This record gives sequence, structure tokens and C-alpha cells, in this order.
Amino acid sequence: MDANVKKRSKISKIILTVVFSIIAVFYVSPIFIVLMNSFKLKTGISAQPFTPPNADTFVGFDNYINGIFYGNFPFYKSVAISLFVTIATVFVILICTSMSAWYISRVNNWVCKLIYYFCVFSMIVPFQMVMYTLSKTADSLKLNTPWGIVIVYLGFGAGLAIFMFTGFVKSIPIEIEEAASIDGAGPLRTFFGVVLPIMKPTFISVGILETMWVWNDYLLPYLVLDIKLYRTIPIHIQYLNGSYGQTDIGAIMALIILSIIPIVIFYFACQKHIIKGIVSGAVKG
Amino acid sequence: MIQKNKKYFVIFVLPTLAAFIMAFVWPFFQGIYLSFCKFVTTSNATFVGVDNYIQAFQDQTFSSAFWFTVAFVIVSVVFINVLAFIVGYVLTMGIKGSNIFRTTFFMPNLIGGIVLGYIWQLIFNGILLNYGKTIVADATFGFWGLVILMCWQQIGYMMIIYISGFQSIPGDLYEAARIDGANKRQIMGRITIPMMAPSITICTFLTLTNSFKLFDQNLALTNGLPGVVQASGTTVYKTQMLALNIYQTFYQNANTRGVGQAKAVIFFVIVAAIALVQLYFTRKREVQQ
Amino acid sequence: MKKLSKLLAVGLAGCMMASVFAGCGGNNSTAGGDSNTPEASGKVYYLQFKPEQDQQWQDLAKAYTDETGVEVTVVTAAENTYEQTLTSEMDKTDAPTLFQVNGPVGLANWKDYCYDLSNSDIVGQVTNDEFLLKEDNAVYGVAYVVETYGIIYNKTLLDKYFGSDFATVKSVDEIKSFDALKTVAEEIQANKEALGVDGAFTSAGMDGSSDWRFKTHLANMPIYYEYKDKGISSTDAIEGKYLDNYKQIWDLYINNATCDKTALASKTGTDAETEFKTGKAVFFQNGTWEYGGTAYDEEKGEGLKDEEYGMLPIYIGADGEEKQGLCTGSENYWCVNKNASENDIKATLDFINWCVTSDKGTTALAEDMGFVIPFKNAKEASNPLVAIADADVEAGNTPVSWNFSSIPSEKWKDGVGAALTQYAAGTGSWDDVKTAFVEGWKTEYAAANK
Repeated sequence: MDANVKKRSKISKIILTVVFSIIAVFYVSPIFIVLMNSFKLKTGISAQPFTPPNADTFVGFDNYINGIFYGNFPFYKSVAISLFVTIATVFVILICTSMSAWYISRVNNWVCKLIYYFCVFSMIVPFQMVMYTLSKTADSLKLNTPWGIVIVYLGFGAGLAIFMFTGFVKSIPIEIEEAASIDGAGPLRTFFGVVLPIMKPTFISVGILETMWVWNDYLLPYLVLDIKLYRTIPIHIQYLNGSYGQTDIGAIMALIILSIIPIVIFYFACQKHIIKGIVSGAVKG
Repeated sequence: MIQKNKKYFVIFVLPTLAAFIMAFVWPFFQGIYLSFCKFVTTSNATFVGVDNYIQAFQDQTFSSAFWFTVAFVIVSVVFINVLAFIVGYVLTMGIKGSNIFRTTFFMPNLIGGIVLGYIWQLIFNGILLNYGKTIVADATFGFWGLVILMCWQQIGYMMIIYISGFQSIPGDLYEAARIDGANKRQIMGRITIPMMAPSITICTFLTLTNSFKLFDQNLALTNGLPGVVQASGTTVYKTQMLALNIYQTFYQNANTRGVGQAKAVIFFVIVAAIALVQLYFTRKREVQQ
Repeated sequence: MKKLSKLLAVGLAGCMMASVFAGCGGNNSTAGGDSNTPEASGKVYYLQFKPEQDQQWQDLAKAYTDETGVEVTVVTAAENTYEQTLTSEMDKTDAPTLFQVNGPVGLANWKDYCYDLSNSDIVGQVTNDEFLLKEDNAVYGVAYVVETYGIIYNKTLLDKYFGSDFATVKSVDEIKSFDALKTVAEEIQANKEALGVDGAFTSAGMDGSSDWRFKTHLANMPIYYEYKDKGISSTDAIEGKYLDNYKQIWDLYINNATCDKTALASKTGTDAETEFKTGKAVFFQNGTWEYGGTAYDEEKGEGLKDEEYGMLPIYIGADGEEKQGLCTGSENYWCVNKNASENDIKATLDFINWCVTSDKGTTALAEDMGFVIPFKNAKEASNPLVAIADADVEAGNTPVSWNFSSIPSEKWKDGVGAALTQYAAGTGSWDDVKTAFVEGWKTEYAAANK
């Protein structure tokens, strides 16, 4: 009987694998449909989105070329701006908030407590609440450049990052730092030499959460950046729809694919960290 | 040692604090103040009391957006969590290809809301074309379209949390239950689900707030369409959610910004209330343990 | 520690690399705004309304910069988002110096931002005072283009119909009323295979890139006749006297189109344009600005040759429509932002004056954009549709004025557009269109004139 049960569970596992394989294929199919359409003539897309390109509708990389170079604000500029804003923001947030979090949890006087509670509070405030006033403030401080928006992101993203970092710092035994300070290290050296390396797992978690947020964010950069000069990828794609007197759906398909590629690469490069980051981020958030 | 050197406050905390005050604290309080004002731009605000709030509550588009959002939140929270729970459960059973499945299901989560909206617009319109319809032809399509889109995006994320929950259940619990002769259903009801309670709470509230605050996907997929004219002459956008409604109130017409800000405060109060309820549940559980 | 410094190094390198990219992206532009450029002259930021002319404006701006060294940035708002973009852009410190309003109603929203153009050069260039937007003895806007719309038709295809045995109408001169138009359209539709077309009319797409043709331009017809009957030019409450006529023409469009009427909601401007230019439809409601999009393209071998264009008035079955002409007017008024710096205002005034006086400017407006501009130095537009419009006036027909500039708000148009879409899709009734048209007008008028 025991062998029977085992056999049965083995069979059901195989069935589950098959079922899940089918589901998985369906799951990724939207992306492949877009990929397929990105090689089709734009008039063939909205009329027959599910037919593969044929001799009449296949246009090779035309849509990609149109998408990348078309308009007075070509797509490659948006890619550069998105890359810059994401990398710079994540870098600045990680360094600045980890330092703050360490100070806050170690000093822990009323000022620090106040800051900490404000940070926790900021996590539950929806963006729409500060949408208008934040964009006005940022504008009057001339933060409408890719450099300036990094400061805006630092401020608006500080809440979650400080919350996660302080949670972790509290778990580091203070003796390690005291040992370093007896050795004559000042707070800066103690922080960068001793504390920071210990915080690495949280660094990765925060870094991944912030990267996903900033790279895909639409509304904040749209309201803050000077749209004459700087458009991020989401702004670009949204703008393509209906501007220039037409909707070049072929180009949109191509650009969707191009904007997904960096994410997929990023994902496969640090899949393990992403999954860990999400678990620890979710448990704390 | 850092305690004695308060001057390090300037190096360690001040940059973040300054940015935080500029980007959050100041705009937040200014926002609350402006919700009681009539203003076109921040410098010419005149105090009008609760007038904006009255207008916001009377606004048909706002109440419609509210109920649409509530319906959407309920349906998507249930769907996402049930499906993610099942997927997480199956993927921890040790079936072949678990890792590949996990990778696959998680991937859509990395795609931004605007892009997601356009991907699904193509798919839905392609399917509905066979029936001579489009995604914006009927609010029902828009509603389920958004639900499907959200499921596609969020199941992977929640699945990851559920998987880590399943993995943290000690194996000897199951062993003991089996020895006591418990059947599958009993194991599920008496062990798995109670042990998964923390994960379920987290995921429920994560999906709750994510769905409630949804903006990008809404903007790109339907942009609130279709619009239906009410007897009063106001056009109500049937698939417009709260965040989009607030945005439109701000930027469609500069004269209604006070109302927009009042709506934003109401929105904030709702989101904050959800968060407090979550806190209450989490605390209660910690006390029990 | 080692790993950490690696992380730091990667981060820094990333920042630097990306900033180089971003630097490339921005170096042909204002570069930080208040940098100490030696000439310290003003600059122009034009928030442009017409997406179909985006490229031409970019080129013209570049030509101006090459000639004078004054920086001109042109940003075009996506279709249907002009008000929204203008609202958010005007909030910024680096706000547009030159923007557009669509007429008196648009002006009401933006008057506080408009510089009084009374003493500027450009006002002296206008051929007729009716192209100025005046209020309280001040000039707030100048119309820079006069346009005409109607039902554009493909002569080759229409002649093919006239020559067919099933045709009861034998010449375009016989199409002088809604009934004649209806007959023609329905006969074409019934014999579309024989004529090799997909339908009489192009798809009346209600996507944001196309819906303005119906919620604004077509809606002008019932408004025009009602105003004409009452002898008014604006109103706080529209009665909707000609709504049955509006229904008539809308039904004609959606029932005799290249696609099923339920699919119209997502059809775009490009779809309609492609159908017309590839000869899949005979009629296309649009205007002089559409020449650029449908003209013959040798490379692709598609599009209409100049002599193939024709344009009919939009007949809706009103009394005395035999003498009705095409719809001519302007909804493009230039306004200068008075909150801009003095230098920027001066630069902006110089720029628009250059556009309508210099050889390069007038050539670009007339030839590249195909515009008729109401200024003394205007060049003849190389646009067959403009010639058709002129001929129509010479033939003694009364041009239909553009009364949609008196529509109380953008939201009114959106409401009517939404109701038209629902009606076409079969999910709404014509009563909804009526409500949106009549009640919506009242509500929006009250909201705008509080």
C-alpha cells in the first residue's frame, strides 16, 4: 500500500509539472505576442494581433529603428536618463539612508525617534497626497533635472529604506562597534569599515526594492522633470501614444520589448538576491 | 561613541533629513493646509474652510471612482492571494521544474505599470475584436481587464512570500500529524493554514494597498474609459480609480485643485486606516505567540 | 570590505557613465537654465498644439536658432492632452513662453497669463482684426492659421461610383444635401466589393487620436445652426435643436464605414488616415491639415495625388444647406506668457514675428505645414485642399464658422465623445448623447463661469 501511495504521488507530481508547464507557457505568452507584433507592419497589429508576421506584414527591424530614432526626443535618450536616474538614486539612497539609520538607532534620542516615526509614517502616505505640493516644491528648488530628481527620490524613498535599515542595525551587537572605537576608529571609519559590511543583505534588499520602484516609476518623474529635456522610459512610452498626430503602434511594441530587456537581464543576473530581497522586504514592510 | 559626537548628526543624518523634509514633510503639511484653500498655484491660496471637502463628497466622479476601486480591490485581493497560495503550495511540493516555474511566474512583476497596461491593451483588444468590442467599450471589460492584469503582475510576488512561508513550516509537524492519522484536509486546515497566517496577513495587506493605490496600469489600460453621462450632465468615467480621479482633478483644470487636494487627503485617510488595521492584526498575532 | 568597495566603485562608475549619457542628452538644450551664457538673450519655449505638425515646427525652430542664435524649444502635447500638459507646464518655473488657446473660452482660463500684444509687431501684420483675440482693449491672442474642414473625398473612387450602373447620383454637383450624400454613401457601401473599397467612410475612430473629429468638429454643425437661428455667438445653455441632424450624420458615418460600428472605440486617427490613403474608403471627414498625412508618397506608392482631392461640406439636413460651405476658422491662437522674463517675452515676440514675416518662416508655414496664415506676408499654401476651400467660397457658398471655440470646456467634449462612442458600440442610447450635449453644456458652463 505504501508503495502504491508513493507511486500515486509520483504520478500526480508529473501531472502537476505538465499542468504548470502549460500555465507557464500561457503566462509568458503576452510578452511573446508583443515580441511577435514588434516585427509586424503597424496596420497589421491592431487588426490581427495574434497572427504571426507573414510576407506581407513582416517589416524586420523597422519598428525598432522607428522607435529608437523617431521624434525630436529619441528613445535612446530616455534609456540613458532612466539608467542614470535609477543608478544614481539607488546609490544615493543606499549610502545616505544607511548612514542615517545607523545614527538614528544608535543615538536614539527624541529627535531621532521623531525622525524614525515620521519615516514609518511616510510609508503609508500615498503619492497623490503630496503629488502637487511635492512637484511644486521640487520645481521651485530647481530639482527638475536628472540630478535633482535623485534628491527628490532620496527624500520620498527615505521612509522605507530607513525603516528597513534601522530594523537591521538594531540586530547588530553594539560590542563590535565598541571594539572598533577602542581601536581608535572614528564614527565614519567604524560605519564604513565595520557596520556597512555587516549590513550587506539589507543593502541588497533595499537596493532591489528601490531599483524596481525608480525604474518603473511614471508619475513622479513626469511631474518633476523638465519634460522638454528629460523623459524616462515610462514617460516616453506614455507620450508616444497619441502624440505626433498618430499612434505608431509598431514602434510602441518595439519599445515595450526594448524596455523589458534590461529588466530581464537584471532579473536573471540577480534572481537569488531579488527573491531574498522581496521576502525580507515584505516581512518587514 | 557616536553618542558623544553629536556633530556627526550633520554628516550622517542631515542630508537624508533635508531631502526628507523637502520631499515629504513639507509637502505633506502644505497639502493638508491647501485642502482647505482655493488655489491655482501654491502662492495664491485663499482659505475656504471645508468647502473643498463638501465638493469632493458631492462629486459623482469621485464616489464612482471610490466604489469601482473598492470592488476592484476586493476581487483582486481574493484572486491574487488564492492563486498565489496555490502556486506557492504546489511549487514547494517538490515537483520537477519548480525553479523554472518560480522564475517564470515572478517575471511580470518587474515590468512597470505603464508598459503592462499597453501589453494587455493589445491582448484584450485582440481577443475582443472577434466580438466587435474593445476594452473601453464596456466597464465590465475594463474591470476584469484590470483584475487579470493585476493578477498577472502580482501573483509572482505574493507566491515568493508564500513559498518562504511554506518552507518555514517545520517538517516534523507534518510527520507528527501523519503518524496521528490526520488526512490531507485536516493537515491543510489544522497545520498549514494556521502556520501560514503571518504570510497570509502580509500578502493580503500588500495586495490591498497595491490595488488601492493603483495608477499607472489604470492610466495605460483604460484611462478611465468608458465615460457615461449622468442625468446631471456630468460624465462619470466608469473604470477610473481613485488615484487617477485625483490626478485628473488636479491637472484637467487648474480651478479645481483645492478639491483635488481634499480628495487626496481623504484618499490618504483611507490608506492610513487600512495600514492601522494591518498593524492591529500583526500586533495581535505577536501577542498570541 | 573588499566587496563593499567593489560595490561603491560599481555605483560610482555607473553614476559617471550615466551622467555622461545624460549630458549628451541635454547638451543641445538649455543646460541648467540660468547658466551664464554670455549673450544672456531670452529663449523661447513653445508648447505646440498640433501633433501632426510637430516635425515641421522642430525644423523651423532649428532654422531660427541657426539664423539668430536664440534658443527655441518646441514641445508638442499628445493628442487630447494639451490643456492638461499646459496646466502642469504653466506651474513650472520654466514655463512655456508661447502657448495656444482655442478661442474666447480657452482664453477665459488663461487670461491671467496672457501678455497684452497690442503694441507688438505681429498684431500689425494681421490682415484682419477678426483674427485677434481681444478683451478689455487688450489683445491676448493672435490666430496664426486659418483652416478648413469638411468631408474630403477621393475623386478617382467617387468618379468610379458615378460611372457605375448602380449609381443614382451621377455627378458631385448633385451632392448638395444630406439626402444626396446619404444616397451616395449607402450605394457605395452596398456595392463596396464592386468598387474595391472597404466602406464609404473611413472608420470614425473614437480613440483619443481621432475622436476630436466628431466630438468637436462634427459637433460644430448643430451648434452652428442653432447659433445662426438665434443670431448668437455663444450661450450658457444649448438647446440641442439640431441634435436629430447630428444623429443623422453620425449614423451615416458609423453605418457606412470600413469597419463594424462596434469596433470604432479603439480605431485611431492613423487607421482612418491609412484607409483613406490606400483607397479603402471614399470619404474622410477631416481638414486642410490632413494633406500632409495622405498625400502621394512615391516611396511607398500610396496616397492621393493632388488632383485626386475633393472636399464636400458636411451636410446634416438643415434648411438651406444647398448654400452651405465648408467649415473655416481658427482654433489656434498664439498667446505669450506674461509671467516669463522680459528677455524671454521679447525673444518670443521676435520669434513669432519672424515666423510670419521672414521668407523662411512663411515658406515653412505655407509649404511644409500647408497653412493659410492671416498675415500680410503670407505665401500661397501648396495644399490642394486649401485651393478647394478657396474655390468653395468663390462659388458663393457661405463658410460655416468654427463655433466650437464657444464650447464651455474640454470636459464637455469628452462627455459628448464618450456618449457617441457608447452609442456606436450599442452600449448607450442617443439620449445619452443628448444629455451630454445639453445638460453637460449647462453644467460645464456653470462650472467655468462661477
